[in-house]
Amino acid sequence: MSCGCDKGREKGAEINRRDFLRSGAAVATATLAPGVTLIAFGGSEAQARADAGKRWGLLIDVNRCDPDCDACVRACQTENGWKDDGNPSTDAQWIRKVTLKHKATGREVSMPVMCQHCEEPPCVDVCPTGASFKRADGIVLVDKHICIGCRYCMMACPFKARSFVHEPLVNQSENAPRGMGTVESCTLCVHRVDAGGTPACVEACAATGKGAIIFGDLKDPDSEISKRLADYPSVALRPDLELNPGVRYSNI
Amino acid sequence: MERTIYRELKTTPQLWQAAILLGAFIAAMLASVVYVEHHGHIVTGMNNQIVWGLPHVFAIFLIVAASGALNVASMASVFGKTHCKPVARLSGVLAVALLAGGLAVLVLDLGRPDRLIVAMTRYNFSSIFAWNIFLYTGFMGVVIAYLFTQMARGAPTRYVRHMGMLAFLWRLALTTGTGSIFGWLVARPGYDAAIMAPLFIAMSFSFGLAVFILVLTVLFRLDGRPLGEALMRRFARLLAIFCAVVLYFTAVQHMTNLYAAEHGGFERFTLLEGGVYTWAFWLGQVVIGGLLPMLLIWHPATAGASSTPVLTSILVVLGGLAQIYVIVIGGQAYPLQIFPGYEVSSSFSDGVVNAYAPRWPELLLGLGGVAIALFATGLGAKVLRILPTNLSDANIGTNSGS
Repeated sequence: MSCGCDKGREKGAEINRRDFLRSGAAVATATLAPGVTLIAFGGSEAQARADAGKRWGLLIDVNRCDPDCDACVRACQTENGWKDDGNPSTDAQWIRKVTLKHKATGREVSMPVMCQHCEEPPCVDVCPTGASFKRADGIVLVDKHICIGCRYCMMACPFKARSFVHEPLVNQSENAPRGMGTVESCTLCVHRVDAGGTPACVEACAATGKGAIIFGDLKDPDSEISKRLADYPSVALRPDLELNPGVRYSNI
Repeated sequence: MERTIYRELKTTPQLWQAAILLGAFIAAMLASVVYVEHHGHIVTGMNNQIVWGLPHVFAIFLIVAASGALNVASMASVFGKTHCKPVARLSGVLAVALLAGGLAVLVLDLGRPDRLIVAMTRYNFSSIFAWNIFLYTGFMGVVIAYLFTQMARGAPTRYVRHMGMLAFLWRLALTTGTGSIFGWLVARPGYDAAIMAPLFIAMSFSFGLAVFILVLTVLFRLDGRPLGEALMRRFARLLAIFCAVVLYFTAVQHMTNLYAAEHGGFERFTLLEGGVYTWAFWLGQVVIGGLLPMLLIWHPATAGASSTPVLTSILVVLGGLAQIYVIVIGGQAYPLQIFPGYEVSSSFSDGVVNAYAPRWPELLLGLGGVAIALFATGLGAKVLRILPTNLSDANIGTNSGS
């Protein structure tokens, strides 16, 4: 009798142990699976959402860019939560207005410059930890969790497109989490793009009536950006480096 | 000529004073790191244009000097120079210590030094930085193994020779990697040159030997051990040759740039109009770090003076720091050429020479790295038998003529 009871107790204990292991495995699976899936898709959530069939890009018509307008810069600041803190040498600038005066002719133009989202990005090549990465759809990003703040990418970027966060941050935008001691740059408003939208700078420029910035898929021959690039001359910045940037300029 | 006997440093008040002084510098460095960690890099002079500052000048100097400091051991084991054999152990310990000091500065200047584990667990092998992590840690391992073969009782001589050769080849790879950090930066007109790698190797020979001469002299004076003047003069003559090689590579670098119109602006900046960088180049690197040491070592009036090896080594160290300042800071100060043919202006310092004024947290960090290197060397000499008791010329077979 007592033996039977013991066996019953043992059986119960075994079931409990098995159940425990089973539930533990379930918890582990539930915890790890998203991570494993993301690794399978390329290492991060941002990477996983990218569509390799697309290459996002911008075409900036310099003729339409008003030298006195900085709507694109302000829109980027609002959208992504970086701002002018009165320290021009250390404040982040994801996008900036640049004024060019031709040395020979004296012609003056103004245009925005931001991360050029290169096909062969030097920042990605030099990053020791792989924090700088390019998504399958061509958007170049910084993984803030593995950026160690070495700033080698800033040394390597030919366009001065990157900033280092020099101060503690407050009131961040939930669109673009930032971190002191890490490097950051234009994300092409990846949170909007992944939701089917357009970058904030493009939207703000269109709202001024200038429409100097066109956003679209460079791989889609029927997109407006591809048609404009096919019909009119345009240039990449530093074409000698053959980085094939996703950002193009016309009428410089 | 007696057998070479190695003994630990004696515990003297002078040794304690030196240790306390270096400890104070290390403590100041750690305080500086906590301060910057808390407030962010805003409290340094570095900014979004000059992203690598004074800490990197110190770090690169120490790392470059580390590989050079090993040369004395290489001359003994690889090239069979018997007068170098008694100091080969110190050469190895100093090399590891200098590298540790340099790496400490580099790591503690990171925006997120707490993420060092990330740098050690995630590698992007297209980055020369990632390769350097292996080259640096590997160098330490190889040199420690090399030291072991030198110090192990009864280890066959061929083991020392083989490890010496491996360490020599590794140090060449290491300095190639350090030079390539700059040489492979295609974006900046001050870098993007294959000559950076051999230039850095030449710099390492020169800076490393200068630091070795200084450390050897200080340790022997601290412990009251005899140090032969002829041996030091021999090292000094080698130092003069290394100075000449550095100047040669520097000349080739700038003359090649001057030939290409696209680099004319950068050369005008460095050689003529760069203010502090032009002064650092001509007065610091060329005169103080190159011509003056060569003159002092080779001129008959000064060649025989007992103070010449130490004096020239100090000049080479100062000139070396100036040279790395010009390369690291000057290369960033000159504006990026994003729009050739245009005058450029913006809110982000486009088209202008970037300003940089180092602040005290950076200086403390850099000096702390030097203190770590010296403290570690002293500690090595205190607990290990790496220093010979007698380096008089009579004892090691050097004479005034050789």
